[in-house]
Amino acid sequence: MILKEKAKIMNKEAMDKTLTRIACEIIEHNKNVNDLAIVGIRNRGEHLARRIVAIIEKKQKEKIAFGVLDITLYRDDLTALAQQPIVHETCIDFDVTAKHIVLVDDVLYTGRTIRCALDEIIDFGRPKSIQLAVLIDRGHRELPIRPDYIGKNIPTSDKEMVDARVEEFDTKDEVILVEKIND
Amino acid sequence: MKWQRKDLLGLEDLSADEINLILNTASSFKEISERPIRKVPTLRGKTVVMLFVEPSTRTQTSFELAAKRLSADTVSIAASTNSMQKGETLKDTAKNIEAMKIDALIIRHSSAGAPRMLAKVLTPCVINAGDGSHEHPTQGLLDIFTIKEKKGRIKGLNVSIIGDIMHSRVARSNIWGLIKLGANVTVCGPSTLIPPGIEKMKVKVTTSVKEAITNTDVLNILRIQLERQKGKFFPSIREYMIKFGIDSEILKGAKKDILIMHPGPINRGIELAPEIADGPYSVILNQVTNGVAVRMAVLFLLLGKRKAPFLEPSKKGRF
Amino acid sequence: MKLLIKNGRIIDPANKINRVSDILLENGKVSKLAKDIKPNGAEAIDAKGMIVAPGLFDMHTHVRQPGREDAEDFITASCAAAKGGFTSITAMPNTNPVCDNRGIVEYIISESRGNAIINIFPIGAITKAQKGEDLAELADMKDAGVVAVSDDGSSVKNAQLMRKALEYSNMFNVPVISHCEDLNLSQGGVMNEGLTSTLLGLLGIPNISESCIVARDIALANFTKAKLHIAHVSTKESVELIRQAKEKGINVTCETCPHYFTLTDETVKGFDTNAKINPPLRTKEDRKAIMGGLKDGTIDVIATDHAPHTEADKDIEFDLAPFGIIGLETALSLAINELVDKKIIKWDELIKKMSYIPSEILGLTNKGRLSIGADADVVIIDPDKKFKFAKETIVSKSKNSPFIGRNFKGCAVVTICRGKVVYKA
Repeated sequence: MILKEKAKIMNKEAMDKTLTRIACEIIEHNKNVNDLAIVGIRNRGEHLARRIVAIIEKKQKEKIAFGVLDITLYRDDLTALAQQPIVHETCIDFDVTAKHIVLVDDVLYTGRTIRCALDEIIDFGRPKSIQLAVLIDRGHRELPIRPDYIGKNIPTSDKEMVDARVEEFDTKDEVILVEKIND
Repeated sequence: MKWQRKDLLGLEDLSADEINLILNTASSFKEISERPIRKVPTLRGKTVVMLFVEPSTRTQTSFELAAKRLSADTVSIAASTNSMQKGETLKDTAKNIEAMKIDALIIRHSSAGAPRMLAKVLTPCVINAGDGSHEHPTQGLLDIFTIKEKKGRIKGLNVSIIGDIMHSRVARSNIWGLIKLGANVTVCGPSTLIPPGIEKMKVKVTTSVKEAITNTDVLNILRIQLERQKGKFFPSIREYMIKFGIDSEILKGAKKDILIMHPGPINRGIELAPEIADGPYSVILNQVTNGVAVRMAVLFLLLGKRKAPFLEPSKKGRF
Repeated sequence: MKLLIKNGRIIDPANKINRVSDILLENGKVSKLAKDIKPNGAEAIDAKGMIVAPGLFDMHTHVRQPGREDAEDFITASCAAAKGGFTSITAMPNTNPVCDNRGIVEYIISESRGNAIINIFPIGAITKAQKGEDLAELADMKDAGVVAVSDDGSSVKNAQLMRKALEYSNMFNVPVISHCEDLNLSQGGVMNEGLTSTLLGLLGIPNISESCIVARDIALANFTKAKLHIAHVSTKESVELIRQAKEKGINVTCETCPHYFTLTDETVKGFDTNAKINPPLRTKEDRKAIMGGLKDGTIDVIATDHAPHTEADKDIEFDLAPFGIIGLETALSLAINELVDKKIIKWDELIKKMSYIPSEILGLTNKGRLSIGADADVVIIDPDKKFKFAKETIVSKSKNSPFIGRNFKGCAVVTICRGKVVYKA
């Protein structure tokens, strides 16, 4: 399989703007940031979540609870994967009970990752609500999952992939639309 | 690094990369045991059977908790209730368990090599939970995990193992793992309990506890099996305590940040003085805690990707 | 009944013969050895390019009958032996019941004569039930037909009893075959003591467990002037002790087995119970010393220690499995490949150690030689025939061999016992 770059959807500047907008919407939607917790989904969601936390904390001048989920252990497709995935630590250092949780991920596609994240977060307690923020929504949902905060909607085909890159992980901030071409 | 093995039989077989993969995975699993709900659904529908032909409360409990925290179903077969006492061979017993469709067999056996023998004939994963004086890989892994957690590294550390080296599977697994990861290992014990040729495993051998303690970062103290060794390998428990027991007096010559480890169960006041076992250097209970995480990692790596073989409808037993 | 073997290289160490010649067997005896013998109605076998030698003689076989006929019996042992080029084997007494009285000796002789296709000579126990407590009726067993006495399988622990056994058997010139092992030093071990046993976590049998008793028995042999034969020598220390004893003129002979000059204790890695033998497979150094002993004549005999065990008995945990491997079908080929091909010993020496000397030690002077009038026990060896030792081809009832899958060059192609072809490849 060959991956062919088709279009650049977002550059660094656009990504910063988008994250700021999402942060503002989160503040607007959750009047009391004391009850708020931002939880990033590994790997890239973690870094997006950190940035959103920083923006909110700067604007509100208050500490926001932050956590990271690794959903590997909740996947329903472990036996179908070509390789055993590396398991990273989940880190939820606060009591989730009675918190408004905002899950953050880079690209929303089938919704299965979010299903895993929902299951996992509930194993930590009973949040008051769980909301979902994604940088890109590319459609093709296989589960009844709907994001609350969307950076950008990108209609895609099955042959395409959305490759979101963050500086902390990929050395560069950008979102690329890629096409899979079978040899 | 990909995990390829069906079985975990000993650390002799593993590469440094494989050992590191288990350790890194284990560190991710540690957090699960701290959660309000100490369970993840990863191994839902998998069946793990524990065949303990030689009794062990600690290892069995640790494996059972590890499997349960990953949502696997567990069945324990204790030595007293197994059919081997009815004259059935170990292989037959294992084949019968396999026929009930299981995913992993965790075996503890007094005969060295018993897990390897089963691994050759069984489709399920076989995990060695201690075979005779041969290996106890998960104990070796959890010891190394604990050292790495406390010291931040393994490479270049000085680790001394003290006690009955000859009959200790814990010593062998520790030596294999530590050497592969670049530690300097010293073994120490009465000359009657140092097995022949052990220096060829690239360890230093000494009969002086003082020498073993000086400049060491980690002291792993093995259990003395009183019933078996007294009178044959050393004259008396009293003399063993005097010559090889670890107490605060002998530790005066040790590094200030030494780690004291023991695979348990401890003979308090024999190989290890109570004030040391409970003292600030001791990481003995950390070892036990880490044991669950390490065994979760091993079960995940062996079983996570394991598929139930697809059976053609015609081959399924139907009436 | 006449059989003529033509054009083979006759190797007969007893008569110092090593030349191409014909040999005529008549009425179960060797009748003529010359070039170009005319058939005159004799059945002829062309042995061009082959070696023709006195039939091999194994002085250390466990036949398992009576008691464990599920592992081996007279028929299967004799068939395996014939395939391996042996025309005579011995029956070690550690059967059930133990061969420790005239009754069992007579049973073995009569029962094997009717069934076995080659000669089976019984060896009697030294002590009753091989318990190491009281002497068995050695003289009566000798009269009944034993060719030696031995407590093989276990060692005679009590030095005083061993002294008496040597003194007593010396009255009627029967060799005492000693299984040399100090059981306290063996500590219940299951393999050689050394690095490999340490790595595998298995209890080791140290070299001194053997050499201690070798030293004791040599001292006893020197003291009693009796005939001592040391079974299955496996250590470098034992070889050295026997070498020194021989230099001093002490009446001692000894044997080793093919596995001791072929394998080392590393074969046990992987916990293969077919590598579990007593004495155990030793180290490289011991293997080298055994070859040295074979080369300089310290080791007189190559015997098999053929010890059949059923698959069910062997297919269990290593430390619980019984000791022993089969050896009749591989001994000659191993000796050819490991000793002759590697120039440790010459063909004459090989035949000497596997035929002539055993017959001399056991006092069977009609065996192990091609003298005119000797028993027509002959083996024809094709030194170039290649084969793979596959499990399915094993004739012995038991299949416990560490050599399964090994490729060999050279083996017996025709075995003749008392003038009759009993095996043909």
